[in-house]
Amino acid sequence: MAPFGYACLLLALVVCGYGIGASLYGVRRARPEFAASGRRAMYALAVVLTAAMVVLEIAFISNSFAFNTVADTSSRTTPLLYRVAAVWSSQEGSLLLWAWLMSLWSSLALFLTRRRMRDIAGYATAILLGFGAFFVSLMVFYANPFATTSPAPTEGVGLDPLLRFPTMMIHPPMLYSGYTLSIIPLAFGMGALLARRLDADWIRGIRRFAFAAWLFLGAGILLGARWSYAELGWGGYWGWDAVENASLMPWLTATAFLHSLMIQEKRGMLKVWNISLVLATGTLAIMGTFLVRSGILNSIHAFGGQTLGVPFVTLIGLLIGTSIYLVVTRRATLRSEHRLDSLLSRESIFLANNLVLVGLCFVIFWGTYFPLISEALTGQEASVGPPWFDRYTVPLALVLVLLSGIGPVIAWRRATLANARRNFVVPCSLALATFAGLELAGAAGKPFASAMFCCAAFVLGSVGQEFVRGTRARSAMAGEPAPRALVSLVRRNRRRYGGYIVHVGIAVLFVGVAASSSFQHATELGLSPGQSARVGAYTVRYVRPTATVTPRYDTAHTGSTLNLGAQLDVSKGGRHVATLNPSEGYYASGEAAQGTVGSLIGGQPVSHIAMDAGITRDVWTAVQPDIEAPALARIVKVGDRTLPPEDGILAVGYIAKSYLRNPPQAQFHFIVSPLVMWIWIGGLIAVGGGLTAIWPAPSTLRRRAAALARTRAVRGLARA
Amino acid sequence: MNPARKRKVRLVVALTAAVVLASALIYTSFSAASPALSPSQLLRQAQPGRAYQVTGMVVAGSVHRVGGVLDFAVEDRAGGATVALAYTGTVPDPFREGREVIVTVEKQGTRFLGERNSLITKCPSKYKTAPASENQNS
Repeated sequence: MAPFGYACLLLALVVCGYGIGASLYGVRRARPEFAASGRRAMYALAVVLTAAMVVLEIAFISNSFAFNTVADTSSRTTPLLYRVAAVWSSQEGSLLLWAWLMSLWSSLALFLTRRRMRDIAGYATAILLGFGAFFVSLMVFYANPFATTSPAPTEGVGLDPLLRFPTMMIHPPMLYSGYTLSIIPLAFGMGALLARRLDADWIRGIRRFAFAAWLFLGAGILLGARWSYAELGWGGYWGWDAVENASLMPWLTATAFLHSLMIQEKRGMLKVWNISLVLATGTLAIMGTFLVRSGILNSIHAFGGQTLGVPFVTLIGLLIGTSIYLVVTRRATLRSEHRLDSLLSRESIFLANNLVLVGLCFVIFWGTYFPLISEALTGQEASVGPPWFDRYTVPLALVLVLLSGIGPVIAWRRATLANARRNFVVPCSLALATFAGLELAGAAGKPFASAMFCCAAFVLGSVGQEFVRGTRARSAMAGEPAPRALVSLVRRNRRRYGGYIVHVGIAVLFVGVAASSSFQHATELGLSPGQSARVGAYTVRYVRPTATVTPRYDTAHTGSTLNLGAQLDVSKGGRHVATLNPSEGYYASGEAAQGTVGSLIGGQPVSHIAMDAGITRDVWTAVQPDIEAPALARIVKVGDRTLPPEDGILAVGYIAKSYLRNPPQAQFHFIVSPLVMWIWIGGLIAVGGGLTAIWPAPSTLRRRAAALARTRAVRGLARA
Repeated sequence: MNPARKRKVRLVVALTAAVVLASALIYTSFSAASPALSPSQLLRQAQPGRAYQVTGMVVAGSVHRVGGVLDFAVEDRAGGATVALAYTGTVPDPFREGREVIVTVEKQGTRFLGERNSLITKCPSKYKTAPASENQNS
């Protein structure tokens, strides 16, 4: 099976080589049949890489430990569902996932644009296949997912238990879809520059893909944050970690582009800016992949292997150099058709929003790469922490949310006083009312949080007003009842109202972020059964210890051998609120050197947190039992000495029993965070808005169907 | 003011603002950054009251918990210099003896205190045993 997989990679390389040649020849010599053949090479690449992916999946599912990647990241004790996802937990597998997703999304993009932008599409095909060739070469020369070991080990190391979490299964494909989708606008952008076809046409052609990239990146970031909150055992959702930042940066520039492209479509302005944003987003996506894969910066996610550094740095250098060269040499064709009429217009608000987004991106870029920058400039590696990031990103986020309320209602070209009065009275009053309410509630000590609540109220007011006005007008015009008028309003203007829904989602998300970071109560302490601790207004009592021994091959669970935990009683003002059962899972390490019993529980321990999530607050708990307490350590020692390997599980049973009978003090981490759930709700609203905006409008579908029918009829006539 | 001149003034104002903001950003990043040091460098260079980011291996047998404080020591990758420190805050799951950790510390008197919640361990998915014989076949 491995030779077949490797052959697929070699074939993929040949396909890429042919496709690049054919599409470039086709577009340079005006030979459309060659350009079409280049496009089909992309479809072929997708097929070949799908076959490679299938081979690797089968290897993981069937526990073929002869494959190095399977032996390193999977095991018989890893549940089936997680074995399927373990494919992309290794360096090699994730490169294959990247190349595979790139080939699929590019095939879709080239298929949908096959009758348009012919002079641009040829270049775009060559560039996309170039990326394909790059990633396939990495696999062929540096990190072969089909490398095997002979004789095959009988058992693998297992998937890192931290990754055995539902959202972690879909987080990498989502994020990689976002990364690979942002390459598509880059390819078409470069194609447009090469072909000197820089009107709004190419922008319209790739708009949907830029939006899809934005949507997938956003969803991927959100899933990562959720995993961090619910699985990592520190209770936070964002830590300004290098890898988190790497995915946020292209998302910010993509957000900027989605706004400024409207100005190019409507007014023919900002062409240099737009093309630069497209090129920057694609380059940042490649840099994001590089950052995760190279281990160049310290990160909780950093993956070892320094081997990929040089090829990635070369690619990034090439991308930046080519982008600058193309934009500079084509600047004459990128001249604006109009000028900004007034500083009080939708154009300038969009421009301000773009500057804030790019500013945010710059701050994050500087902070993330600061260790490298500082080492290059001063010879001393140094890093900046979350407080430094917060100092700049908090005020910028406030401005951004405020602008997202102003943008939808301010007039194009020039806003007048009458326009301002008409549109801003409701949102401003809502913001003021929120401010007064916060003052009364005594939230004055947290100025940033209060300001964020007011800005969010402003956004809800302005967007809500747009929906009400639109529905009223539609209802009056078409004589429809209000709910139906609302639905048809959104259906007929998906992009506009989908965008508004995204604004609402982001405002709600920031309310959750501001509330949970400013008004959080947290405590860490050691407790014995019967003792309790106060967290904010809540009392948490350690009722009794819990312990379960999971049979080694129980695939229903995440595959831990032993679970030690605690039953906690959460109460408020003497009233019972919830019973929570946090625990710590201990996994088999598969390292015989740790001893019969030691190897059964000596793998990576993982917190299984427990929380009572609610719309007003989350009570979050985690426990770290003292597995190295003398009584438990003695059982491990005796078991290692006396038990044969197949009976090691007996000693694990004794550990559980001893823990229940005589529990040592355990370390607890309690957090009460208000409104955390609104982060996830806001995120879902934003994703819903994004889907609304990206879904083809019914009129477009009808038009396309009619066009297809017409073509068929013409062909039929021609044949007759 | 004619429109062309007005635009030029706007451009100058905007560029000046951008330069001022970027300089502030760059200045604060250098002044707020904590240098990354190995345990042996830390012992030689550390000054009281300044934060440093130390990267080292957790020394076997050095981990003790006293109440909410985690005491442990880190040493250079090659062994040798050892820094003992007291840390409070979240301890990541992968933390254990012999693993490489990164933690922000401050010297107080003769001791090193870990900054709250600053402890990072390198990604555990990479702790893998090297295969006995690697046969890079196709």
